[in-house]
Amino acid sequence: MKNQNKAAFFFLLPNFVGFLIFALGPVVVAAGMGFYRYQLASGAPAFIGLDNFADLVLFKKVDGEWVARDPYFWKYLGNTLFLMLNIPLAMVGSLLLAVLLNKELPGRIFFRTLFFIPHLCTGIAIYMVWKMLLTYEPNVGIINGLLWQIFGVLGIAPERAAALLPGWLIDASWAKPALIIMFIWASVGGYNMVLYLAGLQNIPLELYEAAEMDGAGWWSQLVHITVPQLAPTTFFILVTSIIGGLQGGFEAAYVMTGGGPEGSTTTMSYYIYTQAYEQLEVGYAAAISMVLFALIFAATLLNWRYGGKRLEAV
Amino acid sequence: MTRWRQYQSTVLIYAILLLVLSGMVVPLVWTLLTSFKYNVDVTLGWIPPRWTTDNYTGVFRAFSFLRYYANSLFIATAVTVVQVATSALAAYAFARLQFRGRDVLFLGYLSTMMIPADVLMIPQFVLMKKIPEWLNAVLATDFFSGFLYLKSHYIGHPVGLDSFFALIAPGCFSAYGTFMLRQFLLGISREIEEAALIDGCSAWGVFWHVVVPLAKPALGALAIFTFLGRWRAFLWPLIMTDSDSMMVLPVGLAKLSDLYVNDYGLICAGSVLMLVPMIAVFVFFQRWFISGIQLGAVKG
Repeated sequence: MKNQNKAAFFFLLPNFVGFLIFALGPVVVAAGMGFYRYQLASGAPAFIGLDNFADLVLFKKVDGEWVARDPYFWKYLGNTLFLMLNIPLAMVGSLLLAVLLNKELPGRIFFRTLFFIPHLCTGIAIYMVWKMLLTYEPNVGIINGLLWQIFGVLGIAPERAAALLPGWLIDASWAKPALIIMFIWASVGGYNMVLYLAGLQNIPLELYEAAEMDGAGWWSQLVHITVPQLAPTTFFILVTSIIGGLQGGFEAAYVMTGGGPEGSTTTMSYYIYTQAYEQLEVGYAAAISMVLFALIFAATLLNWRYGGKRLEAV
Repeated sequence: MTRWRQYQSTVLIYAILLLVLSGMVVPLVWTLLTSFKYNVDVTLGWIPPRWTTDNYTGVFRAFSFLRYYANSLFIATAVTVVQVATSALAAYAFARLQFRGRDVLFLGYLSTMMIPADVLMIPQFVLMKKIPEWLNAVLATDFFSGFLYLKSHYIGHPVGLDSFFALIAPGCFSAYGTFMLRQFLLGISREIEEAALIDGCSAWGVFWHVVVPLAKPALGALAIFTFLGRWRAFLWPLIMTDSDSMMVLPVGLAKLSDLYVNDYGLICAGSVLMLVPMIAVFVFFQRWFISGIQLGAVKG
């Protein structure tokens, strides 16, 4: 075929201009900004070499003990990883729901549609709702309301029951579990379930027929056929969820907890937000974002190395 | 399996599905019901003892909610139209045209897909903060830090913070959209296109009369994703807007829940107003939506 340079130029031009200004340009600038002390409020950037990165990840000796130069960074990285616990839990749920919905049952489209709605709605509006649902007072927050009823049925005295109720968003040790529960609710019936459903369609029926003849039960078929056959889908979901999880948590923290109590729900993305747009320390924030990028890059490499170039099952 | 056992397992499956379903919809039903309650009735069970639409009128009275709605609708629509157009054009070039540097350029596009939004957003923020000064200096004017009005309505600065330019322009380009449409085009047959080329159709003619009609499902899926993504976008509009008139719906809602922390009915009404259009779009275009998810998952 003849060379189509000229036509290609015009087809690409509008997109390429955007690509330069809003993707390639910013990523080059961001990589550079990490090497500057740049406070947007107080003037010009000053080159400081690797200082931002050193301040971020290195440790120093104080009174004979090693402490992080930026203790917040490690704490918030820990928070981010902890909150990612929702990923494996939600994945198991998505897989099981997909298996149930894969049967030729009347109404399966109805269920699939409604299961998807929490994921669809995820965002500020839903986080506002969950903030109310997770209110401590059992007459207001319906989750503690439900627990209160259960405690009543179990015959637990009201004073003791009140002490047993979790302080969800106001208690530093309950805030992360609260968010994990919410994230599971929001993701279990969403994209991942749809991907699993698509993956299930591609498993040859003969495998199940053969297993049935061998007398394999429901559980055995799930473990020995379904799960291994879905491995590529699972891998894809896991990697994309890790990439998303490392960047996640900003909106929930902003609306529900303000990153608290005691910084227990501040994630990397919320830390970047406070540094860049509240403190206007854009140099330091760029450095944090590059560290985050490095973690995500590692997850992506894992995908290329072990995931294969193409996800055949989907 | 015997008939009886099959029957049993069907009942069990429905029971589990219904249980999960109720867990999924309870928060949404609660929101809807609470939005019709007087605030003093919030603690009195689920069903409003007295129904009221005060919360809905209250949302519009307490805030420029109509303005937030209009802003969100305008921004989401503009971004969707432009992004789908630029992505389709580029996807066609990548999927069908032979040109120098194609594979290198496409690899460049792909690699920007794994760069976190947080990384890109900081330089974009600085750019938007500085761009009015720069343009004013270069063009020796003060137009770019001025205010624009449509009749008597404030419509922000021309560029930079608090401008429709800042809220729309960065969304008009998407590596993901380009990638997804290219995947779709690679999957459809070239026969009609080649016949059209032999008949003397230009590249543009092939694109417009053959490719676009064939790619409708993928274009539709991308349009829905883009629209919903912009409708719910929060962080970028949050850092890009100062004035109340330029706020979008999610930012306005966050402000609402900040200022009226204890007014549950009002907050629920605000949530409902934000969610209903999303659910409607999803239910209407579900088929495209689901196939689009599967298309986007085929990573190259």
